[in-house]
Amino acid sequence: MLFSENIRIALRALRANKMRSVLTILGIVIGVATVVALLAIGNGATASITSSIQSGGSNLLTISPGRQQQMGPMAGQSRQISHMYYSDYQLLERGLKTNITAIVPVYQSSYTIKFGDESFNANIVGVMEAHKDVRSFTVAEGRFVSDGDNKSQALVAVLGDTVAHDLFGDLSPLGKTLSINGIKFQVVGVLESKGASLGSPDDNVFVPIETGYKKLFGETALYNNKKTVNNILISVDDTNAMDTVSAQATYLLRRAHELKPSEEADFNVMSQADTLSTLNSVTQTLTIFLGAIAGISLLVGGIGIMNIMLVSVTERTKEIGLRKAVGATRNQILTQFLIETVTLSVLGGIIGILLGVGIALAFSVSGLINSVITADAILMAFFFALAIGVFFGLYPAMRAASLHPMVALRYE
Amino acid sequence: MIHAEGLTKVYQMGESEVRALDGASFTIEKGEMVAIMGPSGSGKSTLMSIIGCLDVPSSGQYSLDGVSVESLDESGLAEVRGRKIGFVFQQFNLLARTSALDNVMLPLTYAGVSGREREKRARAALERVGLGERTHHAPNELSGGQQQRVAIARAIVNEPTILLADEPTGALDSKTGVEIMDLFQRLHRENGQTVILVMHDAHVARHTERIIRLSDGRIVSDESNPNPIQAGAPRNDD
Repeated sequence: MLFSENIRIALRALRANKMRSVLTILGIVIGVATVVALLAIGNGATASITSSIQSGGSNLLTISPGRQQQMGPMAGQSRQISHMYYSDYQLLERGLKTNITAIVPVYQSSYTIKFGDESFNANIVGVMEAHKDVRSFTVAEGRFVSDGDNKSQALVAVLGDTVAHDLFGDLSPLGKTLSINGIKFQVVGVLESKGASLGSPDDNVFVPIETGYKKLFGETALYNNKKTVNNILISVDDTNAMDTVSAQATYLLRRAHELKPSEEADFNVMSQADTLSTLNSVTQTLTIFLGAIAGISLLVGGIGIMNIMLVSVTERTKEIGLRKAVGATRNQILTQFLIETVTLSVLGGIIGILLGVGIALAFSVSGLINSVITADAILMAFFFALAIGVFFGLYPAMRAASLHPMVALRYE
Repeated sequence: MIHAEGLTKVYQMGESEVRALDGASFTIEKGEMVAIMGPSGSGKSTLMSIIGCLDVPSSGQYSLDGVSVESLDESGLAEVRGRKIGFVFQQFNLLARTSALDNVMLPLTYAGVSGREREKRARAALERVGLGERTHHAPNELSGGQQQRVAIARAIVNEPTILLADEPTGALDSKTGVEIMDLFQRLHRENGQTVILVMHDAHVARHTERIIRLSDGRIVSDESNPNPIQAGAPRNDD
């Protein structure tokens, strides 16, 4: 018996009970639509995070204090707050020669800033002149912190876009004096907005790092009487040299921190690629988690189909008996009912895919998240629906196939 | 043609055993028209299901065209049913919302006959039962007599060895019943079709040439009926 014949029989049976067929596939429709929409939105979120990280420069190494993440039962035991020092920066500045564009230290802390009646807490970042290029900042007005500012420990500040607006409103901040933790700083520049990307300078106030150590950060920036830093940023001139530079920096710091070979490093060297993969693994986990929830609704939909097919087999017992009487074999009956279930679930799958794509597009149009619909996700949803049909159709089809022809014919 | 020897069928009903058939033996030759009669519970339905290869006997031998049926497995039985048996039921058992033509084509579908050939043969079978004009009507658009004709067309479309009818007139009024009996007689007379009718109505049974009576699972009489009632000329006003 031909496959198309089976499809014809299946479609006729499904048309015979239109309302029931529609209700039956509703579970699959919702499940598939959820999977497709979630994956599209998840992919979109990942893509936007990726692009925001890459906009920070793919040739940047960030060195920060702290032990490497440690998995397993020992995790959290040897956790003591480690520090990085200004001397570490000086060491790297002296030790790293090749492939380096710039090395800059960063110290940041939160203080109250005040102008007129306006006052709020802002992140104050102590930087050097090269910081601007390392982080690819663009100055909108005035200038960035200069080496001269650092040398003279000038009381100058450069504002992020958001801070400038919040503090000065429509006034031009250039030349104005604001107070940071009660100390007067003169605004010499405002940065262009980088939007909501990772490491965006919009909410920050930049001051010369030397000025910070001397006049602002005080005791809190010291540990064992040594100046500490939050990060050391290294800009590498060739992305292929990232690993080499990373290894060199690691070697220099380990030696300076007098670590034994068996000891874990008390600092992390992260490239943008590392950050990216960490974040990607987070979004991936999230997507899988949400997908699993959608998968559960698919499962429930499958059970719904199985339930209806069992009812259908019972209702059509006499028909099955007749088909057997006129020569249908067990396998032909099995195939017929299996195809009927698969037709239902695939139909639900197709409608669900259309609905899911519609939802994803609605998200894009509304501007919430630029969803990314991939053929992979659609194929996966389709074949999952197909598999649900086969899996949940098998039992009712076997029930139908194993009916005794005589008993089935007599069934009332 | 059909040879049955000591057919016994035992059903397990909870604790007790029911002997629906208890050693029935008979032979039916090709081209015979036979009625199997008996009151309900006499075992005639069980006998019909064994003759029709819907079931196998608990013991005894049954051969159809020289093929021993009790040794066949399920798919073997299905194949024999598809090729050698044409069933007609009291309640017609047509597929609802399905045209007469599609109903008649059903056995050919399972037998793997190709689409065009299938339709040609189904149309021919409908012609033979006098429904050549009503091929696209669904069962609910046909009268009881017409529905039974469709069922008969479905039964003969595979040119079966045996046309096996279970109370074919039981759901019809007497006039329509006569027409159906006439159709059976015609198929028997014109094509030498072997016809086996299972029924409890003695008058209808006298349309056949041989009457086998069953009681309590045994054959109590098996006699020829030399002058069967002729149902008469076909009428077209059903």
